[in-house]
Amino acid sequence: MKRVYVNEQWCLGCHLCEYYCAYANSGQESMVKALKDRTINPRIKVEEKNGISFAVNCRHCNEPLCVKSCIAGALSQVDGLIVVDASKCVGCYSCIMACPYGALMPNEEGVMQKCELCTTNTHGKPACVQGCPNKAIVFEER
Amino acid sequence: MHYVIVGNSIASVGCIESIRKIDQTGTISVIGDEVHPCYSRPLISYLLENKTTEEKMTYRNDAFYEQNNVKLMLGKRVQAINTETKQLSIDDGSLVDYDKLLIATGSCPFIPPMKNLESVKNRFTFMTLDDAKNLEKVLTKESRVLIIGAGLIGLKCAEGIRDRVKTITVVDLASRVLVSILDEAGSSLVEKKLISEGITCILGDSVKEFVNSDALLTSGRVVGFDVLVLAVGVRPNVSLVKEAGGEVNRAILIDETCQTSLADVYAAGDCCESIDCITNERKVLAILPNAYMQGETAGRNMAGEDAFFDKAMAMNAIGFFGLHVITAGIYQGSDKLFTTESGYKRLFVQDGKLVGYILIGDTINRAGIYTSLVRNKTDLATIDFDLISEEPLLMAFAKKERAHKLGDAQ
Repeated sequence: MKRVYVNEQWCLGCHLCEYYCAYANSGQESMVKALKDRTINPRIKVEEKNGISFAVNCRHCNEPLCVKSCIAGALSQVDGLIVVDASKCVGCYSCIMACPYGALMPNEEGVMQKCELCTTNTHGKPACVQGCPNKAIVFEER
Repeated sequence: MHYVIVGNSIASVGCIESIRKIDQTGTISVIGDEVHPCYSRPLISYLLENKTTEEKMTYRNDAFYEQNNVKLMLGKRVQAINTETKQLSIDDGSLVDYDKLLIATGSCPFIPPMKNLESVKNRFTFMTLDDAKNLEKVLTKESRVLIIGAGLIGLKCAEGIRDRVKTITVVDLASRVLVSILDEAGSSLVEKKLISEGITCILGDSVKEFVNSDALLTSGRVVGFDVLVLAVGVRPNVSLVKEAGGEVNRAILIDETCQTSLADVYAAGDCCESIDCITNERKVLAILPNAYMQGETAGRNMAGEDAFFDKAMAMNAIGFFGLHVITAGIYQGSDKLFTTESGYKRLFVQDGKLVGYILIGDTINRAGIYTSLVRNKTDLATIDFDLISEEPLLMAFAKKERAHKLGDAQ
């Protein structure tokens, strides 16, 4: 399955992936409308320290601990993709406890959100990859 | 091959899903005493809180059993296992043959003796969907609810019904709430939260006697109530395996393949005692993720693979009125404490490894990174432990390890 991978040596720490992610999942057509005057809560997040930076999002594990730990059956694996059914999530945070990458976080309503490789929004293909100015983030089969 | 699963909750689903990844043609029968398709028991408090619905709390979609070609036998109880003939006797008089059997019978509420308990008309346990629906029927805006037990079940019940009733009083023999998963500071934070939400906590006390609509406590206090919820604890359902001659301690003993001491009989979930991977001691680790993963492991072995589940450990994610708590492992060794605005983080280190943690309030983000250190028994000398203590970051791992974590297909 194609996944999003981050090449640490090319990451500039510019955080554009976070903005593209927030835009792609906002449901808004205009990037300005989606992002202006808002604190973004993206599903990909950049870690940075001492000149090193890299983005982290869901790894879409073959053996997903989040899915196996979800008490609500809200997380599932569909053709390799890990998706969350927000209408079933009760916000217990068992998936936060389980994910070794720290890749799930609550949305503004307290239910979980996660990277679904832009398959479940109108974008269609990972916006973080498109928005990365240094091609540090790639979408490929490994 | 005929697979039979006794029990229709999380471990059962884990077993079905793993069997079907390996064997699409063998028959799978599930025998369950509840009449519902598999739903998530921990969601019953959310149901009463209107945060979910009966439809949404089903654990898998409606087509699950059909898609996995499962024969469901609901509303039936297995009375005995005959390991000689490899047959189960069902309470409707029928016999069911098995080649491989999974016992996933869970647990049932433990009710300690209390004088005149049988005289209390509105008395409930809080474990199943039917329990929740029965409780819901009697609740009114005027109800004074008495909950016995300040553990996970009792307190979630309190949260779930708070807006539906007049008062809630929680009584527990322990001197603090959530004693099974929290340290004293954590219990105190949760108790303060409960009190601020209008819940009365009476701790270090117990019911001596029920007289009409009063509970007389050992301390001499009297609590008037209309509805009683018993949430003292649970007991694993072990009788089927025990009576068939299988090894049972507090719960059914299983090995790392999730097999019992009986040939071709596996067990998974809250009815089992397995090895805690942190302490290497046998424990009942009755939490949902273990149930799923034990069921899954059993299923793989039942279908002919060699699978091991050797990562069983205690961990809990729970919240009350917006105060979130995530814990894992054991609370031993030296500790590192970070206090924050709405909570704290306490990390426990023993023999150079993180063996447990408590996170409350605004410290819970990315908790799974800590869980992975506990689960994988990571040598803390190989990571930047000062950095990761401050904040759970993948940055704390060596570059090579980071490249593996983020760069390889998982």
